[in-house]
Amino acid sequence: MPEALSIIVIETDPERAGLIEDSLREAGSFEITVIPETTGLARRISEINPDIVLVDMASPSRDMLEELTLASGPLERPVAMFVDRSDDGATKAAIDAGVSAYVVDGLRADRIKPIMDAAIARFNMVQRMRTELETTRRALEERKVIDRAKGLLMKARGIDEDEAYALLRRTAMDQGRRVADVAHALVTAAGLLS
Amino acid sequence: MSGVPISVGYIPLVDAAPLIIAREIGFAEEEGLALTLNAAPSWSTLRDQLMLGRLEAAHMLFPMPIAAALGLGGFNTRIDILQILSHNGNSIGVSRALADRMRAQGYGFDFADARAAGEALIAGAAGRLRIGVPFPFSMHAELLYHWLGAIGLSAPQDLDVHTVPPPLMAEALAADEIDVFCVGAPWGSIAVENRVGEMLLPGTAIRANAPEKVLAVRHDWAEAEPGLTRRLMRAVWQAGRWLGHERNLLTAAELLARRDYLDLPPELIERTLTGNLVISPRGEMRSVPGYMSFQTGAAGYPWASQGALVAARLATRLGLSREEAMASARAICRTDLYTRNLADLGADLPEARDKIEGALNAPGAIPAVQGQVILPSDAFFDGWIFDPFANS
Repeated sequence: MPEALSIIVIETDPERAGLIEDSLREAGSFEITVIPETTGLARRISEINPDIVLVDMASPSRDMLEELTLASGPLERPVAMFVDRSDDGATKAAIDAGVSAYVVDGLRADRIKPIMDAAIARFNMVQRMRTELETTRRALEERKVIDRAKGLLMKARGIDEDEAYALLRRTAMDQGRRVADVAHALVTAAGLLS
Repeated sequence: MSGVPISVGYIPLVDAAPLIIAREIGFAEEEGLALTLNAAPSWSTLRDQLMLGRLEAAHMLFPMPIAAALGLGGFNTRIDILQILSHNGNSIGVSRALADRMRAQGYGFDFADARAAGEALIAGAAGRLRIGVPFPFSMHAELLYHWLGAIGLSAPQDLDVHTVPPPLMAEALAADEIDVFCVGAPWGSIAVENRVGEMLLPGTAIRANAPEKVLAVRHDWAEAEPGLTRRLMRAVWQAGRWLGHERNLLTAAELLARRDYLDLPPELIERTLTGNLVISPRGEMRSVPGYMSFQTGAAGYPWASQGALVAARLATRLGLSREEAMASARAICRTDLYTRNLADLGADLPEARDKIEGALNAPGAIPAVQGQVILPSDAFFDGWIFDPFANS
C-alpha cells in the first residue's frame, strides 16, 4: 500500500474549501491541506511538498504556480501541470469545470484519476452556484438602475410609473438597446447634470 | 453585431486596447467578424484556454508563445505570433519604505535614467532585492533581468524574482514580501493610487520600443482558417492604427474604462495612454512620450529576431540549448502572414525577417518590400545589441 498522497487545495473561501475537501475524502484517503490564495503561496507549497496541488482556474494566484513548473522553482521535485493523454479527456473536463491541477513528476495516472474525478465533480457544482449568484446579482443591480431611471423620468416629466417604464422601453427598442442600458445612460447623465 | 463569431481572450490591462477598440469602434464588424472578448483571470488560464481551443486567439505577453515553443508550461501546442499589439507600457516600482530610503540618500526620482535609478536602488536596498513580476515568461522579467544585470546584479545570488499577480501586488508590498515590482498599466498607477508603492522607471527607460503584448493563435488554427486569420489580423491592425492617433485616446480611455472591460476610472487609463503619469502618492507627475505605444510604422511586425532574443535569454536562464530555442522561436513569428494579410492596408513591411536588436539608437531606414521603412529607436539603455546569427 503506497503512502497516502498529499494534496494542497488553494481556496480562500472556507465554505467552498470545505466542500472540496469533503468530496476528496469520499474519493480516498489523502492528506489534505487547504491554503488561501496569499502572496506567500509558493513558499507555503514548498514547505508542505505535496504530490498534487488543486487550484481554481478563476483565481489569479494560479500564475504563481506556473513558477513551480520551472526547473529552478522552489519545489525540489519537478512539477508539471496535469495533462491527461487518455481519450476521456480529463484535462478538458477539468478546465471546463474550472479546476487545474499540478502534479509531481512520476505520479501514476491511476493514482491521480480518482482525485481528478472528485475535484471535477465538485468544481462543476461550485461553478454552477457561482454563475447563478452572478446572474441574480446582475438582475438585482439592473432592477435598481431601472427604478432610479423611472423615478427621474416621473419627476422630470410629471408622468406615472407605468408611463415612465413604457418610455424607457420604447427608447430602448428604437435604439436597439436593452432597457437596463438606456436606464443606466439616463442615470449617469442625470448624475453629471445635477 | 453580425459576422462570423470569433472568441478572443484577454487580460484586463490597458494594452488590451487594440482588441477592445477592434470590437467597439467596429473594425471587427467591418471585416465580417462578430468578435467576443473574454477576460481571463490569469495568464496561465488564458494560455490553457487558447491551447485547448476554447478561444480562437489571445492577447499574450510576448514571451509566452516563445516559452510554449520551448516546451515550457501548458500543453504541447504550438502557438504562433501574428502581430505585436503594443510596445512598452510597463513600469518598475518600489515599496514606499525603499522609496523613502532612496529619497533620504538624495535620489530625485527622475523616472528616466535607468542607470542612476539602478544605482540608487542598490544603495537603498536593505539586502537581497525581492522582486515581483506578473508571470515567469514576461517582458517584465526580461526587462528587469536586463536592467539589473547591466548594473551588476544577477539572479539568483543578488535577486529573488518571484511571480506575484498584479491584483495581489499591493498585498505583497503591505506584507513586506517584495521591495520592487514590475507591472503593466494600469497596475503601476493603482499602486500609487492605493499608496502602497512609488514608480521608479518606465519600461521605455530600459529599452526603447520593446515589444510587449502580441496577438497569438494556435498554429493549427491559423493553417486551417487562413481567411479568418486574415480578417482578425486586419481588424486588430486597424484598431492599432486608430489608437496611434492622439485625438482618439480620450475616447479609447472611456471605452476601456467601462465595466465590461477594465472597470476603472477613465482618467487612470488616460494617464497611461498619454504618458502623463503620477509616480508617487505625493502627486508628483512625470511625462513620458511613448510610454505605451500601439502603432507607428512597422510596429506590429513580429520580427523573428525579437523572438530569438527572448528565446536565447530563456534558454540561458533555464539551461536549454540556445540554438534550438532560437530556431523554434523564429519559426512562430509569422512575418509571412503579416506581409501577406496587411499589405494593402498600408502597413509598413520590412523585407527581412530579422534585424540586429538594439542597434538603432535613433530612427533609421531599412529596406522594405517596397522602398524603405523608417524604424524607431530600439536601443537598450546600456547600448547592448543582439545579433540572432552571431556565434555566442
